[in-house]
Formats: sequence, C-alpha cells, structure tokens
Amino acid sequence: MWKWLHSYADPERAYKLSGTLLPWFSALAILLIGTGSIWGLLFAPTDYQQGDSYRIIFIHVPAASMSMAAYMGMAVASFIGLVWQIKSADWAAAAIAPIGAVITFIALLTGAAWGKPMWGTWWVWDARLTSELVLLFLYLGVISLYASFEDKVLAARAAGILAIVGVINIPIIKYSVDWWSSLHQPSTIKITEKSTMSTDMLYPLLINIFGFGMMIGAITLVRYRAEILARNGMRPWVRELATAEEAK
Amino acid sequence: MQFESFAEFINMGGYGFYVWLSYGVTFGCLATLITLSVRKKRKVLIEIAKKMTREQRLKENRGTKS
Repeated sequence: MWKWLHSYADPERAYKLSGTLLPWFSALAILLIGTGSIWGLLFAPTDYQQGDSYRIIFIHVPAASMSMAAYMGMAVASFIGLVWQIKSADWAAAAIAPIGAVITFIALLTGAAWGKPMWGTWWVWDARLTSELVLLFLYLGVISLYASFEDKVLAARAAGILAIVGVINIPIIKYSVDWWSSLHQPSTIKITEKSTMSTDMLYPLLINIFGFGMMIGAITLVRYRAEILARNGMRPWVRELATAEEAK
Repeated sequence: MQFESFAEFINMGGYGFYVWLSYGVTFGCLATLITLSVRKKRKVLIEIAKKMTREQRLKENRGTKS
C-alpha cells in the first residue's frame, strides 16, 4: 500500500490525477448546490416559529459543518506532511487553508444575519460563536505562517504544527452547544438517532452539505494544482507547461 | 412552491433583507474565491516562464565574458 500511495506523492502524477478528478467534483458541486438551494429557497415549507428567516440554514449549516471538516482535512494533510515528509501533503494543506477561511467567514456572517432577526443581536460572545471565530483566526494563522517563509519546506512545518495544535478547537466548536448554555440552538441533524427536523427541510439541507463538500474539494484541487506547479518550477515538465502558457 | 408571487419570494415573509444578505455575501465570496483560485495557475506559470527567461539571459551574458 505504501508503494501505491507514494506513486501519488509524485508531483506530476498528483497534478494529473487532480486534473482528472476536477470536472467530476465541479459538476457534482454545481448540481448539488443548485438543487439544494432552489429546493430550500422555493419549495421547503415555511418554519412555524421562524418564518422564512430559517431559509438561511441551507447555507449556514453547510458552511459551518464544512468549515470544521475542511480544517480536519487540512490538519490530516499537515500531519502526513510532518510525519512522513511527504511534500504533496503539505501542498494540499496549503491549498485548503484559504478555502477554509472563506467558508468559516461565510458561516459567521450568515449566522449573524440569522441571529439579528431571531435573537435580536448580530453577535454574542458565547462558546459556539467565539470558538468558530477562533477557527477563522486559526485558518488565518496557518495562511500567514505559510506565506511568511521563503523556504516552503520550513513554512509547511511551521504552519503544519499550528494546524495540528488547532485541532483541539474542533470538538470545542462541535460540543459547545451541549457543554455551555448558548443562544445557539443545539444540532438538529443527528447521525445516531432520528433528526429533529421534517424531511422536506432536511433533504435540501443534506444535499447542500454534500454540495459544499464537493465544492470545497473542487476548489482545493484547483489551488493544489497551482501549488504543485509553484513548488516544482525547476522540473522539466513544469517548465514545458510554463513555456506553453507564455506563448498563449 | 411556497410563494404565491415573485414579490412575495423576494420579501421572504418580511425577512428578505437577512435572507438575501446571507445568500448574496455567500455567492459573492465564493465567486471571488473561485475566480482567484482559477487565475492562480496561469500566474504561477507566467512567473516560472519569466524566471526561465532571466536564467537564459544570465547564461548568455556569462558566455560572452569568458
């Protein structure tokens, strides 16, 4: 298995494989997010307590849950990069970080826009909101650490350690609504028991969660490819691509 | 369909501002991120090409001196 895995750590193969996967991820993302959003905005029933304001859920929950999933993805990639010295994994982590930051920002902003009409305030310093804000700062920390070293092997090590240490924040976000009292409602989607949500609201939500996952995958692939090229500027196959691009 | 008319759809039961703010900012942020990410590849390749030209020039200059 290691031999098989290592062949994908070869930059050229990783570049080509991610190019093959990209159209599938993109198509699925567009299809899922399109379906989920139209369903959620137009066809899902109005909530009996929150009226139509609850329709923000169809982007808020996917963004929030995927902001954590993307962080785990980044941390795992950093861990592989640190322990087994696989540079391709470091580049993947570097590719995910800016996407995670944007998704976290979206989760915070849509949360604020939902909090204002429902709670009467854009922001409260409670555990859920504060820990999600810390997640945004962790992403920004990883991005700036990676950007601040000319030597990218060193940069990836520094950023990787921060990413791995920051994993402690993920269970805090996840369980904050159970551990501390909060304005934020506890989760309505449950994996082990029946979800406390009617199915005609739940399906578009689940579709959008998967859609956001696919979209993050697609953008990661795009950024990963650019990162591979940037880190392998000395290799002949990259130089060939560069010559071809300049001629355009 | 939950809404009787287009105006009602925009109004979102009085929560139109908050709902469309959320969807608008989300769409705007994602569009910017995707555009920048897609453009990054060309930027990187052009930079590498420039570096190659510089190296080539350096090599030629060295050649004439010796």
